[in-house]
Amino acid sequence: MEPSPHTAQSNPPVAATTSNLTEKDLIRRSASTVPPPARQLEPVAKLIDVSKCIGCKACQSACIEWNDTQPAIETNVGVYENPHDLTPEMFTLMRFNEWDNPQTGNLEWLIRKDGCMHCADPGCLKACPAPGAIVQYSNGIVDFVHENCIGCGYCIKGCPFNIPRISKVDHTAYKCTLCSDRVAVGQGPACAKACPTHSISFGTKEDMKALADSRIKDLKSRGYENAGLYDPPGVGGTHVMYVLHHNDQPEIYSGLPKNPRISPVVNAWKGMTKYLGFAAMGLAAAAGVLHSTLVGPNRVTREDEDEAEKLVKESV
Amino acid sequence: MTNSWTDIRNTDLVVIMGGNAAEAHPCGFKWVTEAKANRGARLIVIDPRFTRSASVSDFYAPIRQGTDIAFLLGLINYCMQNDKVQWPYVKSFTNATYVVKDGFAYQDGLFTGYDESKRDYDRSTWEYDIGPDGFAVVDETLQNPRCVWNMLKSHVASYTPEMVERICGTPREKFLKVAQMISECSVPTKTMTSMYALGWTQHSKGSQNIRAMAMLQLILGNIGVRGGGMNALRGHSNIQGLTDVGLMSNLLPGYLNIPVEKETDFTTYMSSRTFKPLRPDQTSYWQNYKKFFVSFQKAMWGSAATAENDFAYQYLPKLDVPAYDVLRIFEMMYRGQVNGYVCQGFNPLLAFPNRKKITESLSKLKWLVTIDPLDTETSRFWENHGEYNDVNSATIQTEVIQLPSTCFAEDNGSLTNSGRWLQWHWAGGTPPGEAKRDNWIMAQIFRRLRALYEKEGGPFPDPILNLTWNYQNPDEPTADELAKEINGYAVETLYDPADPTKVLLEKGKQVVNFSVLRDDGTTASGCWIYSGCYNEAGNNMARRDNTDPDDTGAYLNWTFAWPLNRRILYNRASADLQGNPWDPSRKLIAWDGSKWSGYDVPDIAPTAKPDVVGPFIMNQEGTARLFARGLMRDGPFPVHYEPFEAPIANVIAPKIRGNPVARIFQDDVAQFATSEEFPYAATSYRLTEHFHYWTKHNRVNAVLQPEFFVEISEQLAAEKGITPGSWVRVWSKRGEVKAKAVVTKRIKPLMCDGKKVHVVGIPLHWGFMGQARKGWGPNSLTPFVGDANIETPEYKAFLVNIESTTPPATV
Repeated sequence: MEPSPHTAQSNPPVAATTSNLTEKDLIRRSASTVPPPARQLEPVAKLIDVSKCIGCKACQSACIEWNDTQPAIETNVGVYENPHDLTPEMFTLMRFNEWDNPQTGNLEWLIRKDGCMHCADPGCLKACPAPGAIVQYSNGIVDFVHENCIGCGYCIKGCPFNIPRISKVDHTAYKCTLCSDRVAVGQGPACAKACPTHSISFGTKEDMKALADSRIKDLKSRGYENAGLYDPPGVGGTHVMYVLHHNDQPEIYSGLPKNPRISPVVNAWKGMTKYLGFAAMGLAAAAGVLHSTLVGPNRVTREDEDEAEKLVKESV
Repeated sequence: MTNSWTDIRNTDLVVIMGGNAAEAHPCGFKWVTEAKANRGARLIVIDPRFTRSASVSDFYAPIRQGTDIAFLLGLINYCMQNDKVQWPYVKSFTNATYVVKDGFAYQDGLFTGYDESKRDYDRSTWEYDIGPDGFAVVDETLQNPRCVWNMLKSHVASYTPEMVERICGTPREKFLKVAQMISECSVPTKTMTSMYALGWTQHSKGSQNIRAMAMLQLILGNIGVRGGGMNALRGHSNIQGLTDVGLMSNLLPGYLNIPVEKETDFTTYMSSRTFKPLRPDQTSYWQNYKKFFVSFQKAMWGSAATAENDFAYQYLPKLDVPAYDVLRIFEMMYRGQVNGYVCQGFNPLLAFPNRKKITESLSKLKWLVTIDPLDTETSRFWENHGEYNDVNSATIQTEVIQLPSTCFAEDNGSLTNSGRWLQWHWAGGTPPGEAKRDNWIMAQIFRRLRALYEKEGGPFPDPILNLTWNYQNPDEPTADELAKEINGYAVETLYDPADPTKVLLEKGKQVVNFSVLRDDGTTASGCWIYSGCYNEAGNNMARRDNTDPDDTGAYLNWTFAWPLNRRILYNRASADLQGNPWDPSRKLIAWDGSKWSGYDVPDIAPTAKPDVVGPFIMNQEGTARLFARGLMRDGPFPVHYEPFEAPIANVIAPKIRGNPVARIFQDDVAQFATSEEFPYAATSYRLTEHFHYWTKHNRVNAVLQPEFFVEISEQLAAEKGITPGSWVRVWSKRGEVKAKAVVTKRIKPLMCDGKKVHVVGIPLHWGFMGQARKGWGPNSLTPFVGDANIETPEYKAFLVNIESTTPPATV
């Protein structure tokens, strides 16, 4: 295995480094194929320990700064979430839930950093009809390549976590990149670097699982019997994982899905394209109705574009 | 802090009360998460609101704002009743055994000597019984009913769990759970740290809030030990530095005092500052006061400060009032007694209570100078911003001069953190536009003033004409030059008093630290406690070696901590009377039969015998004070007093309103409300997303928390028909604001003395300048009254009313 960056806390290199994430490290490419990679990078992961998170939003701040995005200055709508949702300019969001624990009678303020989970089996990539708009590296990072993106929005429908957002400005999809540009040069993600309580850690997936184990043990000693690691098998595991105090009820953390799976429609479609070579499919897929329009590979119809426009309007 | 941020990782129990460290000190809070993750430490949060700190706590207990003393005296009572006391520590290291003078008593909320007309005490009975040998009388057996321990025991007896519940609204079983967890730390091998901040200071009895917890920590044996201490989390990166270098109207650098009017000469001034030990063989370190004072005068006035002129004692102003604190200055401004005001790095229009009064006061000035990197509301107080700043500009004649300054990241210098670490920083960018460094601005004002005095003379120009100003570029002293002056230097060559032929330090060299300062005018030091920060070894504040032998958290080679690079104050108290650590696994220093040594710089003379010299060397007794003698204006023991605006009467002393010795100005008294008029208990606070009134000027912070809001419980929202995210009007007897409503489970009504008390939470951070949406903040509402000892305003507890309203008109 190739050496990969470990944690954001471990004094990453300061000298100029060339990128170690290249085209040759791709293991999947949307609506197209890639040759088997020459090397296997060590899988990485971001571990978000919800029990250590104080909801300070330093991760959001670092994300805005690093990616140089321009989220709008919104209003207060009676909650702590700002912006109010993920947007094409805000790739990560602290979600706050006030939960009365029926067992203890105590209030718990559950704060979860939401964003792309970097699924090992990425629904967005599988749903994407544009060749090379979504790629997956052998270290597990799922990245969007904007020059290849057609803004159709299928990635949103393919995502079991409702993460990508389409920009009204350039009509392409945006989400957390796991700071692939930083990771490529030995740095951890900006959010992990900024996190003051080490709630966010970054390293090899193996190390992060070991770290999670020690955290779960500590939480169990504090009476959280169901503390556990959220690394859902339904999407092949994820490269962003959570330590949850109540791993038996992930949904109480602002709707984290209990058993996330790629929509069967997306899978069915991928199966069709595999055998028939047809690659595009309408929005109706998301509604569970197979679209009957069959077009040539890697092409987009007028109809697709109309659907995409509609999706953009819905999502922004 | 008695300890340091990094030391918090050594604790077993963190108690956050009177603060919200996760919210307001997120970076420092990492040491709490370290203690929890690596030591299995537990975290208790006691707060009117379920805060961000509470969200990661092991136990949360609600409390009504302004009732902390009742809670804390309840804890002391619990420990005393249940024998949860670290006895050897209490008997040897505190004044528990000291006998209190006859005549001292406490009844119905008042101590002996109260004069209602003066709102002050005659404190002469608040003292020990002094024996014929001139020392305080002690009773090692604790049998004497007038010894401090027994006096304290009877003083706290009424603060039962039932009384705590009645006053604080904390359910009895929750109080008892907290008491049980805390009392476990009375064994020598368990320590608790107290992390507090403005939730304790910003009350009319703020100093006593802190004292009450300090007393509890002494009873548990938690002062001077790793993982223990009283840890004040300072609100600005350099607010510790502000008090250290004497930016208070009644202080000189290093906690020396500005003379008062009756101290007409130096001899009189020194006569009350001899600090004779109150017990045999004690250090009483303030006996060195004169050395520090004279060295300060030499740093200020050099050769013009001579033994003949009492080292220029008369150059110092003499206070005609206890202090010209900000409340007093604005009261005087309000009365038209102030012509000009220089406002450097300060935004009083938003930061001070009763904004209406502040606006009217500023309007009466002839001129106002603001020195700030930001376009502050204070500098635009005269500008109409619709509902957000509804002033008639035409009627305001104050001339405002805005001097744009650099921010900290554009300048070299040091910041003193809460743990007393002086951390040097280097400029990371060049100042934009016309911004100038504060040193340049101050130097320009000074040099122009001096030129005017040279030319025109004046009644007493000497202090200005003779001020030492030996900088390479007199137009802009550098941070290094000022730091060297603060450290101090030999004015004359210093010889060994035991051997006058032996040179200790050549003239002009930097002194190693304050231990070599002298009272004969041969040394200079601008701030004695900082001495050692920049000596002949170089700039010790710039040190960045993070080695930490045996992982004690001391980091002795990282920057410089005052005093003498000591990381934990009173660390001699970490060892018993034989000099052995109470907890061997948490050794700090130990006695090897001839001297003290260990991981930290010993806070005791290195050869002071452990069974002779007490650890609290700054006190004349050598011990810590459970009974404060006459040093606090409002009592030698804390007493529960309600805020000046409280939802219920004082249960233990119904006739007393507020703190009976807090200073109040007559016009302000008329603006104190009753709970009949204003039924809801309000409190103000900070949010993680912002820093005071600065970061609303930054787009990113404005995105993360864009708009002013208030927080109320679901119950109050239901009673008042307020929906989440809707506009509400909140008003007090002094003003009103409009805000968005955040309806939350994190605030719940409290039952206090049989009455349901609703809490209204009001974060600050918004104003009418900057990137975030325009808003108000709480200080249009807060009362103009301060702490009895140091005048910090009572921002944390006041009364308001609330109702649904329409949005403010857009401007």
